[in-house]
Order: sequence, then structure tokens, then C-alpha cells
Amino acid sequence: MSKLVITLGVNGKDVRVEAPPLARLSNVLRDELHLTGTKLGCDAGDCGACTVLLDGEPVCACLVPAASANGCEVRTVEGLANSRLSALQESFLAHGAAQCGICTPGFLLAASGLLERNPHPSEAEVNDALGGVLCRCTGYRKIVAAVLAASGTNTQARRAEPSNGAAVGASPVRLDGVPKVNGREKFGADSFPSDALAVVVIRSPHHQARFKLGDLAAYQSSNPAIAGVFTASDMPGENRFGVIPAFADQPALAENFVRFRGEAVALVAIERSALADFDAGAFPIEWEKIDHALTPDCSNGAIHDSRPDNVLVRGLVERGTPEETMKSAAHIANGTIETSYVEHAYIEPEAGFAAMDGDTLVITACTQAPYMDRDDTAKLLDLPVEKVRIVPTATGGGFGSKLDISVQPLIGLVALKTGRAAALAYSRQESMMSTTKRHPASMKAQIGTDASGRIIAMRFDGVFNTGAYSSWGPTVANRVPVHASGPYKTPNYRANSAAIHTNGPVSGAFRGFGVPQATIMQETLYDELAEKLGMDRLEFRIVNALRNGDATVTGHVLESGVGIADCLEALRPHWARALDDRAKANKGNGVMRRGIGVASCWYGCGNTSLPNPSTIRIGVSPEGRIRLHQGAVDIGQGSNTVIAQIAADALGVPLSAIELVSADTALTPDAGKTSASRQTFVSGKAAEKSARALREKILRFANVSDAAALSLESGCLTIFEGEARRTIDLAALPLDKLGYVFMAEETYDPPTTALDEKGQGRPYAVYGYGAQIVELDVDTRLGTVKLVKITAAHDVGKAINPLLAEGQIEGGIAQGIGMALMEEYLPGRTENLHDYLIPTIGDVPPIETILVEVPDGEGPFGAKGLGEHVLIPTAPAILNAIRHATGALVTKVPATPTRVLAAIKEASR
Amino acid sequence: MTRYAKPTTVDEALALLSQADWRPLAGATDFYPAQGNRPIRENVLDLNGIAELRGISETDSHFVIGARTSWTDIQRAELPPAFDALKQAAREVGSVQIQNTGTVAGNLCNASPAADGVPPLLTLNVEVELRSMRGAQRMALGDFILGNRKTARQVDELVTAIYIPKDAARGLSAFYKLGARRYLVISIAMAAVRVVIEGGRIREAAIAVGACSAVAQRMRALEAALIGQEFSQAEAIIGAATMTELTPIDDVRGSAEYRLDAAREIVHRAFDAISRPGKLAA
Repeated sequence: MSKLVITLGVNGKDVRVEAPPLARLSNVLRDELHLTGTKLGCDAGDCGACTVLLDGEPVCACLVPAASANGCEVRTVEGLANSRLSALQESFLAHGAAQCGICTPGFLLAASGLLERNPHPSEAEVNDALGGVLCRCTGYRKIVAAVLAASGTNTQARRAEPSNGAAVGASPVRLDGVPKVNGREKFGADSFPSDALAVVVIRSPHHQARFKLGDLAAYQSSNPAIAGVFTASDMPGENRFGVIPAFADQPALAENFVRFRGEAVALVAIERSALADFDAGAFPIEWEKIDHALTPDCSNGAIHDSRPDNVLVRGLVERGTPEETMKSAAHIANGTIETSYVEHAYIEPEAGFAAMDGDTLVITACTQAPYMDRDDTAKLLDLPVEKVRIVPTATGGGFGSKLDISVQPLIGLVALKTGRAAALAYSRQESMMSTTKRHPASMKAQIGTDASGRIIAMRFDGVFNTGAYSSWGPTVANRVPVHASGPYKTPNYRANSAAIHTNGPVSGAFRGFGVPQATIMQETLYDELAEKLGMDRLEFRIVNALRNGDATVTGHVLESGVGIADCLEALRPHWARALDDRAKANKGNGVMRRGIGVASCWYGCGNTSLPNPSTIRIGVSPEGRIRLHQGAVDIGQGSNTVIAQIAADALGVPLSAIELVSADTALTPDAGKTSASRQTFVSGKAAEKSARALREKILRFANVSDAAALSLESGCLTIFEGEARRTIDLAALPLDKLGYVFMAEETYDPPTTALDEKGQGRPYAVYGYGAQIVELDVDTRLGTVKLVKITAAHDVGKAINPLLAEGQIEGGIAQGIGMALMEEYLPGRTENLHDYLIPTIGDVPPIETILVEVPDGEGPFGAKGLGEHVLIPTAPAILNAIRHATGALVTKVPATPTRVLAAIKEASR
Repeated sequence: MTRYAKPTTVDEALALLSQADWRPLAGATDFYPAQGNRPIRENVLDLNGIAELRGISETDSHFVIGARTSWTDIQRAELPPAFDALKQAAREVGSVQIQNTGTVAGNLCNASPAADGVPPLLTLNVEVELRSMRGAQRMALGDFILGNRKTARQVDELVTAIYIPKDAARGLSAFYKLGARRYLVISIAMAAVRVVIEGGRIREAAIAVGACSAVAQRMRALEAALIGQEFSQAEAIIGAATMTELTPIDDVRGSAEYRLDAAREIVHRAFDAISRPGKLAA
């Protein structure tokens, strides 16, 4: 279709662009007008990230033909602030309503549209207006609060900067916050060079197949816009990758054979101007389908020749005499639970571009793990690691899946082969088909107590569908047996796990690495045991909670910092109130039945029994700037801010004095991956160590004691001690090779030990703990569940930033709600965000957070990890509450209306 | 070479339709998701320049909803209570963003079994107006939608309006949508009910259920069973209904068995909404 001249008013300015009439307005804004604040999450109206105001009304720009916008006024996020941020933008910052920030522009526009028509909306009106925008990080509650607080003529004062020495424990505006609300933040797809080639990935439409490539030379010459076609034979290095090198088994481009739907087989590099008219369906390839298996119990032969019975890894933790002791149990509960594939559904699909800088390949992309990306990409492309530089962009959610490489080797190969920049942003379908998922689990367990209600033995057996390739399957298989007891004293125990290959999508890391699945099994049996014992369900858990001095199921004696009982006890008044409310709600024979559930979590922070170091560098420049080289990728959770807060207090300077140098393999030392709830704990500890080391160097130079105070002003460092005062002219000092006058770089690696053949040892240096109460109403005729309230008590050791901690809790709960009630990825059937459902703003109830602080001796300022813990208790507490409401336990999640109603019918038989 | 045209009058559009195959485009909310990132290979007839197709008007005998009328337009229009079900459905179509651009006629032409607009329109006995260079015709909505993604529209025809007979625009109505989450959700099932009540008895009943068959269906047997009965008896009569018109399938949203149970319940809920205090007196 030939182009039209389209005239638009954009943020108050008249603009003329030439575009095909049916080009999506979102693409015109981003590609032609360079307004990349409008985000693309699905290109189908399912996520609302591209919401703009068209003549004042919110629309999805991805569904608006450019020609339809002709003559209209368009407002984008870039038009919300004048010289200063709007009250709504300030309110988003003040409330912590932006985490990763990818959905933030969509929310800001939808909310602006509402507030302009209705300056004083009710909460229900806010929900109705924002129901079309999905957020995967925040759990929505802070967004609702931010919009309500910005209503009317409220002006928002910026949160005060914490004073010197008071950064830890304060909740300043996140250091990377402003670009997230003004549209300037650059995510993976937001900074493509204008001359970059577009990379199109040809993928398998089959779950398992052989394929033959056709005449690629003829194909390429048929379209002058194609700059190159690349297949496995073009991959310079060893065509195998995987996050755990010993198990690396996945080709970046398949070699004549594919093991899952969505596997990449070839790349077409094409001029970006020709992309809209390019039909990937014409790629010359012949497929021969082969029988496939999507579940571990109907496997059709080996998916990898080297792995008999499709077993990737088995895990075991055994302690005491579980079988024998079980025989003496006064009460025993048995059960089975099945879980489904869960998709991470971050609103930002994987995206990035690669370009050569001399002989160095530079990959600018969203990620959770820059150093791992570098190493795997270098191996695939046969480059020395120092010739690959990974520059992480802002990452629009990760939750585990962006630990694995996706676009990196593909764009890297094209840039390397063509010498040109190469860009790729996955479509939503491509992202869902080809990247990792939460493992579906099929579990059975048995737990026994004595007559007084003490757990005496537990057995657990879990089969985890690990999909076509290894990814983090071994981690899941090893983590689950360590955690399947829950944070409860379980003296006799055996937990077996197995990660089994299928032709399903690759199962990898997803917030909790299998522990959320296992906890559903354990916590639902706990409710059954409490019932058999006639004990209150919360008190039963308190009785059995691990305490300081107890041994875990791996025989690790936890000397201090065990906060689970504190969490459960903090819930007591809420539990009593909730039970009381329930009694009132269930008077009479209504269709809606109230139920209350509780569940706990514990979670070891960092890698399981493996080295897990982080290195952080801090330098003082001759101009008097303090630069924190902070390589822990902030995927929205807040490491940029939290690690800076730790560094500020450890160094003894105000937070505002710290300048961030964020993750980049050329600029920041390796702070490991953003995973395993390790950044606050491990990288935070490295930051604390390196800030203290820097302080020590400065104090020694000034020859003062640790009681001295530091002050930096206009290139001079002043040191005060009592009446004494010493000023150092920084510009007069010699520079080190990095250009600093003072510099410290420290590494922290948490002390762990290997697990023996029975799984005994000290797998983690630190555990975090938590417990949640869910109150809900079940519609007993329709099987639908309406959440009423969630109360969450989490032991974070020390809340470095309470607002960010709350944000983690609320966001994790939202993902737990999704897992419990609606999320089920079916390969080939739910590859979009309207068949695959994640919670909307109307699905997350009020959440009351209780931050419990039982300090840990190991963590920085006593802090423990939190990021994954928070979603673990939610799903089991929901299932327990449904059972409490109806008498029916749903044994497969998600507990869809169909499954809930079937369970109710079954229970009443 | 694919063509694009943006006529400003219906006559101009019909002339184009008579000459070639065109894909009519209005709100585009189903067009782009179906297209994905494949190149557009159809001729596209953009209806968004035709002002006469948008808006709601009245004749002596009918309410007339122009084909380009958006779901937001429906919500904001002054219409009698018989349209309440349609307005409630309008608030449940996708999201506010979708409602601002998606059109009523587009919902019918897309012919999804889960189209939220269809059950309330069925209870209003609507007729779909189709125009072509050959002339104009109106057909009942039930005759227009033939199956999943199939309609009776001929290639040279354009849906120009939806006609609601005034004798069907009587009584009270309600809509109930059942989905697995609160917003932005494709229905597992939905029901629309319109009743005329006189002296506590049901004088007229129109009941339609969607997403439980390839095309949303009127529950004729149940309607017949209800007519003449005390309104207070409705719950028992609905509870006993067999609803043989429904032929649900198992899919990602729910099982067939569940849908049958739920259909009866949501029809009851819609009745219940009508009987809420204040409503009957209105």
C-alpha cells in the first residue's frame, strides 16, 4: 500500500508524517516520530501498554490505523509533563507505582484520560478506567493509590531525600524513577539505530519435527531487501547453550531437528523499511512432523539421546527414617497436586540490537544476567569473552525468563556476519512460544504428626516437566527437595524430585524455581492435618515453625535469624479478625461462601550450594563524584536504589551523593544474575563491603578514626572528627587506572557447603521467611473466586527500602493469584495475552503488608532476600481458603471456575 | 498491489464494493490481532470517513444504531431500560480502549461465538441492515450470523445499521458476563435477559446465552415456559430449564459441562438483577 501524508497533533504540536494508511499508530509514533515512550506489549489490544489519548479518549495505539488518526490530537507520555512532572507522574513516584516501568506510560495515559473527565474518581472508577492496562510487577495496588492521591488539585511533594546515615530504612523515590514516568527510559526495543537490519526468526510450528531447508540463495536473491539468511551452519562456535554449562544442550539455531514449537531454525536479516511487507510464511523449508510428548507420563522415546527415560536430573533430600517414623504417626495426610505451565508474561517482550564497535560485538538488550549473556553469546559466536560487551537496557520485567539468552546470539550473529547493526524485538507470540516457563509439576506427598500435633515425618515426590532443553531444570530439581518441607521442623523426611524432558516449551527459572509448586502440596496437607487434629490452622503452623537452633531437612542448624514464627505470630490478630468476619459473612445460606486460608514460605537466598559471588566497585573521581559501579541489573525490583542506599550508609555519605553506573560488562564488575532473591543480600553485601573499604581508605589517608564524618563539596572532601576538620583537594591526588582518586572493589560470596548424596549440608547462607492470610468468597454456583483481602507478613531481616519491599510483596502476590486462579499456558493454544490470562487491576484485592525484621547475621544491615518468597504462600493460601469456604480442595491449579465447581460437586457427592 | 480506500459516503463505499473484494474496516480491534505481523494482502475499505454510519437515531418504528457506533457511544446514549443489557455489555467489551474504537456492527461481523454484543441484541429482536449496489435488505440477527466467524454478508454488501423494533424495546433488561478475571476477558459464557412484567406476571421474555454454542442462542423453550408466570416463579422455572439450544464445547476457558451449569445460573442472575429493588417499579 502506498504511503499517505498524515497530519496529527502530537502533544500539542502539528506533525506531518508519511506512512502506509494501515500502519499501526503505535509504530508511527515510535518509528517515525521517535516517541518510544509508547510501549509495545502485544500488538493486539490485550495489554494496554501502548495506550495514548486520541482526541482525549484512551485507545490502544497498536489498533489504530495511521489513517484513522489523521487530523486527530494524540497525547503520549512525552506530553504529560511540561517543565515539571504532572501531579499524576509525581504521585506514581511517591507511591512506588512504577517498578520496571514498561506499563507505566499506558497507566499514566489511561489515568490522565480518567482524571480529565472525572477529577475525583472512586476506587471502582479507577479500576474500570485502568482495567485495560496490564502490569506484571506491582500488583496494581500502588497504581490505584497513586491515581487516587493525584485526583483533583492535589499537588505531590517529592519524597524527601534521606539524610546522611539514614538511607537504609528510608523509602526515597527510586533513583531510576523519573525516566520511568516521563517516557524517557530506554527498554530493549527503544533505541534501535535507524540503519539497523531487522532480524526475522523462522521458528518451528511443530512440537517435534525434522526439517529440510530449501534453496536459500534463490530465496535471498528473490527479495533485494534481504541482506542475509543464516542457519545453524553459519554459527561460528559450538551451537549449544544453556545457563548451566554442564547441561548446555540447546542450539541457538536448530540443526535439521526441532524439539519444541517455537524453536528457532533460521534468521532472515532484512532492511527495516521492507519489514512491514515481508511474509515469513514464504521461507523455503519443509517440515516432517514427528510424534511428540507434552507431558512426562506419555513420553514417546528419548528427546535427547544422552538422557535415558528423558531424565534431566533427579534430586533428593533425606533425613532420619521417614518410612519407619510415619508408621507411628497419630495422623497422616496424603495428597496429590498438579500445576500448569506458567508464562512470565512480562509486558516487555525480549528485544535488543547488536552492533560492531571495532572488533567488539556490543549487544544492547534487556536482560537479567549480563555476564551470563556475554559468556554464552561468545561461545556460540566463537569470540573471546572480552570481545563481547553486554549493555543491558532497562528491562521491562524478567521474573526469571530473561536470565536465559533469547535475542542475543541471533542479533549477534547477524551483526557479526553483515557488519551492520541488527535489531530484533520479539512479537508477543514469539516471546510466549520460544522462551522459558514455570515447570508444570505433578506431586504427591504424605505428612504425619504425633498426637500433640508435631510433624514427625514427611515424604514428597515431584515430577517436573522440564520441557525440551535443560535451562534451569537442574536448579528446580535441586531446590525443591530442600524446600518441600516448608519452614517447619521436619525431623524425618525424604523428598524426591525429577526434571523430565518433554516436547513442551523449555521450563526454566520463574520466581521461586519450583518452590511455589511444592509449597502448594505441603501447605494443603497441613490444613488437612490441622483439621484431623482439631487444631487451629495458624496455631498448628506456629507449633511446627522452625526456630533458632533447629535443624532444617538438610541438617543445617539455623543458629539465628529464623523469622517464620515471628511472621505467623504477627498474623494472629488478623487471623482472628478474618475468622470473625467470615462467621458474619457466612450467616445464612448464601451462594457466596467466605473462606480463610494461610500458608508460609521459606526460601534460600542465592545459588544452591554453588559459588555465587557479586563484586561491586565504588570510586571517588577527582571532581568529587562518588560513582557506584552497580552491576546488579534492576529489572524493576529496585536494586539500583537499594544497593545505593546500602553503599551510602556504609560509606557515610548522603544517598544523593552517589552516582550510579549501572550494569554494563564493560563498566561494572560482575554482580551476578538478578535471580534467586540474591541481589539485596549478595550484591548488597558486596556494596557494603566495598563502601566500608573505601571509607577505610579515605579515613586512613586522612589519619582519622572511624568516628569521622565525610562531606563532599565542590571537588573537596572534608573530614570531620570532633572539633578537627581536614579538607582534601581531590584534584591534587594521583589517579588510578580507572581514573579515581580513591577506589574500592570488594567481592562477597555467601558461605555454603555442598550437599552430600542424601542432600545434607548447608545449601544457603541465608533464608527469608513469610506467611500470608487470604480471605476470599467462592461463588458456589459458578465456581468463581472473589478475593477479599490478603495480609502478608514477611521477614526481610531489615527493610532497606520499605516502599520497594512492599512493592515486591504486592507484585509477588499478584503472580501468586494468577498461578492459583487463572494462568495455564497450553503450547500452541494460549500464545497471546487474551487466551493466557494474568490478573488485571480488578483481580488483586487490598493487601496489608507487615514487614517483620529479624536480622540476619550474614546479610547487609541484617537484610535477607524477598523477591521470590512473596509469591510462594499466595497460591496455597488461596487453595486452603477455597477449601475452607466450600469443603472442596482443588488439586490442579489454576483453580478455574470449571475446576472449582467440579471440586465442589465432587465434595458434595 | 493491494488497495486502500477511505470513502466518505455509503454510496461511494458500495460502488467500490461492487467492483472488487474488499475487507471493510471500522474499529480495527479485531483486524489487527488477526493480522498479527503478517503483511496486509487484502484490499481494505476504511469506513472511518463515513460520518453517516455513526450514531443512534429513531424512526417511528425503530431505534437505529449506525454501523460505526462505538461501544462507548452506546454507553453514553440515552436509551430506554430495554437497552440496559446492551449498555452493560458495552462496558464489558474488552477494555475502555477497545470500547472507544470497537463498533457494534464490527462485533456482529466478526461473528465470534463469544461476542458480548450478540446476546443483548438478540433479546432486542434486532435486524441487520445490509446495503449494496443491488439494493438494501434487513435480516434478523439470528439469520445474519451463520456460525463461528461466518455471516450472511455477501462480498458486495456493507452492514450499515442495526434496527431495533420499538415493540421489542420494551421492559427491563440485564446482562451477566462470566469470565475468569475481572477485566479484559473473553467470556466463558454470558446471558442477556429482557422481560416485560405486568401485574407481577411475565408478559414477554427474551433470553439469550452466548459462548455456549457456535452462535449465541435465544432460549425459546424457556421463554415460552416463563410467559404468563409470576415473576417470582422465574428462579424455579429457570432451574428446571433444559436449554437444549446450547451446544457448548470444551476449550481453554471452560468445559462444556461447566458451561451448561453456568448458563442456567447466569440467566438466573440476570433475572435477579432485574428484580433488584427499584428496578421493577421503574
